[in-house]
Amino acid sequence: MLNQNEILQTIQMIDQQHLDIRTITMGISLLSCADADPKRACQKIYDKITRYAEKLVSTGENIEREFGIPIVNKRISVTPIALVAAASDTEDYVPFAVALDNAAKTCGVNFIGGFSALVQKGMTDADRKLIAAIPEALATTDMVCSSVNVGSTKAGINMDAVAQMGQVIKKAADLTADRGGFGCAKLVVFCNAVEDNPFMAGAFHGAGEPERVINVGVSGPGVVHHALQSVNGQPFDVVAETIKKTAFRITRMGQLVAQEASRRLDTPFGIVDLSLAPTPAKGDSVARILEEMGLEVCGTHGTTAALALLNDAVKKGGVMASSSVGGLSGAFIPVSEDEGMIAAARSGALTIDKLEAMTCVCSVGLDMIAVPGDTTAETLSAIIADEAAIGMVNSKTTAVRIIPVPGAKVGDMMEMGGLLGSAPVQEVHPFSSADFIHRGGRIPAPMQSLKN
Amino acid sequence: MKAIVTVIGKDHVGIIASVCALLAEQKVNVLDISQTVMQDYFTMIMMVDAAESDVPFAELSSLLEAKGQEIGLSIRIQREDIFNAMHRI
Repeated sequence: MLNQNEILQTIQMIDQQHLDIRTITMGISLLSCADADPKRACQKIYDKITRYAEKLVSTGENIEREFGIPIVNKRISVTPIALVAAASDTEDYVPFAVALDNAAKTCGVNFIGGFSALVQKGMTDADRKLIAAIPEALATTDMVCSSVNVGSTKAGINMDAVAQMGQVIKKAADLTADRGGFGCAKLVVFCNAVEDNPFMAGAFHGAGEPERVINVGVSGPGVVHHALQSVNGQPFDVVAETIKKTAFRITRMGQLVAQEASRRLDTPFGIVDLSLAPTPAKGDSVARILEEMGLEVCGTHGTTAALALLNDAVKKGGVMASSSVGGLSGAFIPVSEDEGMIAAARSGALTIDKLEAMTCVCSVGLDMIAVPGDTTAETLSAIIADEAAIGMVNSKTTAVRIIPVPGAKVGDMMEMGGLLGSAPVQEVHPFSSADFIHRGGRIPAPMQSLKN
Repeated sequence: MKAIVTVIGKDHVGIIASVCALLAEQKVNVLDISQTVMQDYFTMIMMVDAAESDVPFAELSSLLEAKGQEIGLSIRIQREDIFNAMHRI
């Protein structure tokens, strides 16, 4: 029998500590939509998505009401479009993005991910066409998210793709200059991309995934922060235990919602992603958890160690609570989407170099970082190369989602609004990496890849 | 279907009566009630069975929420499963 304290504790977590299900994401395979005629392919894509995800939003809302737990986002991820569009006889892939956008609007979801290409070892013609279409696709659609995987532990880093992505990011920013470079907020460059990630902007439905699947991403930085306030000044073993217990509870709730959604939508359950995903709201910040451990400001010395502990404890606590854990699973550190990170970056304590170090020990990478508008494509590529190298060598996912804000200088504020938040424009190194990036070719896979 | 109703807010006359009246109207059976008042703050937790109710659960939830707004309290109904998931292995 439940006791009063347990019931009130749950309600307090939801009401005051921002506990929520961050996203229910339906993965849909579009491999069956390939067609030599691009128009027919787009029609098939639209039809299939709207058929499968017709009830996604209403089901999510019903679950929300019945369990009294907010489900913030309902989203769709699809097969990387480069694989689907390869069969079509066309040079222009933008219409595929438009078809995805229209399908997303019909279904009422708030993002659709999968305008993607996987080019870690090399590019097909279709990959090349898709990458060329990314800036325009992001500028002309509202909900389409794009990602490109440029490296992996198994394949090494495709430096030609890295060089190209620097230019794609610049162009995406230019084409959306009137919205502060918004296009770049929907574009992720990955190393070791995962196929079942429910979180945007990097979600896509991998080729090894079933016909359709439900993946759920939980959240709850506020709950972890609150729990740590009760162990103020105690040793790290106690901190780790406290985080584990909290993560366990959060994940159990995610698992329940995932199973319920899967049953009601008659769609197999895929994974629960155990990520701590912050929002710009006060009390929903990963940075504040790190500060609760005893750091004056997130970004100062000790931040990487604090984040390592947090990330590991979240996984350990969550892994037993779900029948299947996947996706990115770890702490996210998107600067513009985290109230504490924004404050830390503004105070000058949190630099891009420190963020890069932090990405070695947590999930994903340099996320939602604003840099000056005159940052060169080569510098952006070099930042991507650094992140990809961290992912490749450590056999983990890393990513770059960076916005060279048109016309902005260091210290200006980038305003994206909503969940994407705002961020101060941060300084990049003024020294050139151009000759390094212009070499091209491939950085070979490291020794870690030779496991067989 | 078992569910938990929680009523939280400032204490005044007739809270239990009005909540129970609404539940009875919707054929929701009250299985257990616990209630405390701490520093004028009223907290009531009810275990209920909504299996016999004719209205869908989501509507029941809206009705209780509206009643809460009417009498100046926070009233919610949640399926029991969420609490079991979080606090029981």
